[in-house]
Amino acid sequence: MEPFDYLSPSSLEEAVKTLASKGDQARIMAGGTDMLVQMRAGRRTAPLVVDIKEIPDLNVVSYDATNGLTLGAAVPCYKIYQDETLSAAYPGLMDAAFLIGGIQIQGRATIGGNICNAAPSGDSIPVVIALGGVCNIAGPNGTRQLPVEEMCTAPGRNALADGEILVSVSIPAPQAKSGASYLRFIPRNEMDIAVVGVGSSVQLDASGQNFVSARISLASVAPTPVFAKEAGDSLAGKPVNEETIQAASELAQAAAKPISDMRGTIRQRTHLVGVLTRRTLNIAIERARGG
Amino acid sequence: MAGVTQVQTTLNGEVINFLCEPRQSLLECLRDVLGMTGTKEGCNDGNCGACTVIMDGRIVDSCLVLGVEAEGKDITTIEGMATPEGLHPLQQSFLENAALQCGICTPGFLLASKGLLDQEPDADEGRIRHWLAGNLCRCTGYDKIVRAVLQVSKAK
Repeated sequence: MEPFDYLSPSSLEEAVKTLASKGDQARIMAGGTDMLVQMRAGRRTAPLVVDIKEIPDLNVVSYDATNGLTLGAAVPCYKIYQDETLSAAYPGLMDAAFLIGGIQIQGRATIGGNICNAAPSGDSIPVVIALGGVCNIAGPNGTRQLPVEEMCTAPGRNALADGEILVSVSIPAPQAKSGASYLRFIPRNEMDIAVVGVGSSVQLDASGQNFVSARISLASVAPTPVFAKEAGDSLAGKPVNEETIQAASELAQAAAKPISDMRGTIRQRTHLVGVLTRRTLNIAIERARGG
Repeated sequence: MAGVTQVQTTLNGEVINFLCEPRQSLLECLRDVLGMTGTKEGCNDGNCGACTVIMDGRIVDSCLVLGVEAEGKDITTIEGMATPEGLHPLQQSFLENAALQCGICTPGFLLASKGLLDQEPDADEGRIRHWLAGNLCRCTGYDKIVRAVLQVSKAK
């Protein structure tokens, strides 16, 4: 790796001040599981690495049934799925946290880092979009919020301006009769990059027989994770049945703009979007009815 | 400045100090700075688990940890598994079950298995297989490794 300076600030103020003064010369590191690989391969360089893991605001895991979840950007995956309250409240998020890399990676990798790394295949991003996640960003000019679906702007590029830092992601509290799910297709059992990933969330009415609303998001089928808004919106007010779910999955396929590469072809990926959209919707519905 | 930094860490129960550059991984620091070559480099990008160590009770790929991040941490490597009294039960079981051939992946598998059984002494076969998904072995076909870990686990 090219030489760099290393700073591990102990407060958000110090981090923002450093990032603001260094501009694009500084790069933020959370778990480092993507960034160190990229730096070693020469795909990213940074004269200064700012390690955010010692900043209290970025290690927050705060949940209550009214305000939902605030998840610090430096919280590693295992802390999320080891938390029984969170596991019960957000099983869809657990689907993703539990399959990013192996156990070694899950000890370091963070959801915030996954979002900022902005890989089209980022496993946690679709479900966080489906759950209506919002990024809490701090910068030299104060704080702002940005829906997660607006965070990834191109492969490896995010919406943070120089000097800004992702502090946490907020996810609304799960309502009664709501559920979510994430599935990906990989040719192995573990430890692979999604050929296609789909995250879905649904809100059903009290009877559990009709959709109130739904959100669907896709991975690995475009330069950035895709929020398939029309696919989810098509379910609002509709009965839960094979036809409505099929129609939504076709709209999700229409929202996908995949390429053919070493992991899969356009045809296979488009097919998979349909299959995984239907499966994740059905799992989300099952979870919604159970809760 | 990208100069040399002094790091204090607890390594296999002993508080030590070492010097490293920020760009050096914990793996490089262990092997090249401290001369502790039991921890192996495989892929050097977080896929193979050969460089697995235990840091503050969690298994991590030491190639994806910076040496400077070891400051104040508690780290266990393969050199810390056996005692003067004898091998760790997992090491003994790997021997008895012939759970290794070339041996490059073995320190990583042992640390990963220790990380599991320290937390979940009764891990079953499914749990062991899932837990070890981040460790690659190109010789054994995994069955003997899983059997060796299962023999030490209290799950029967």
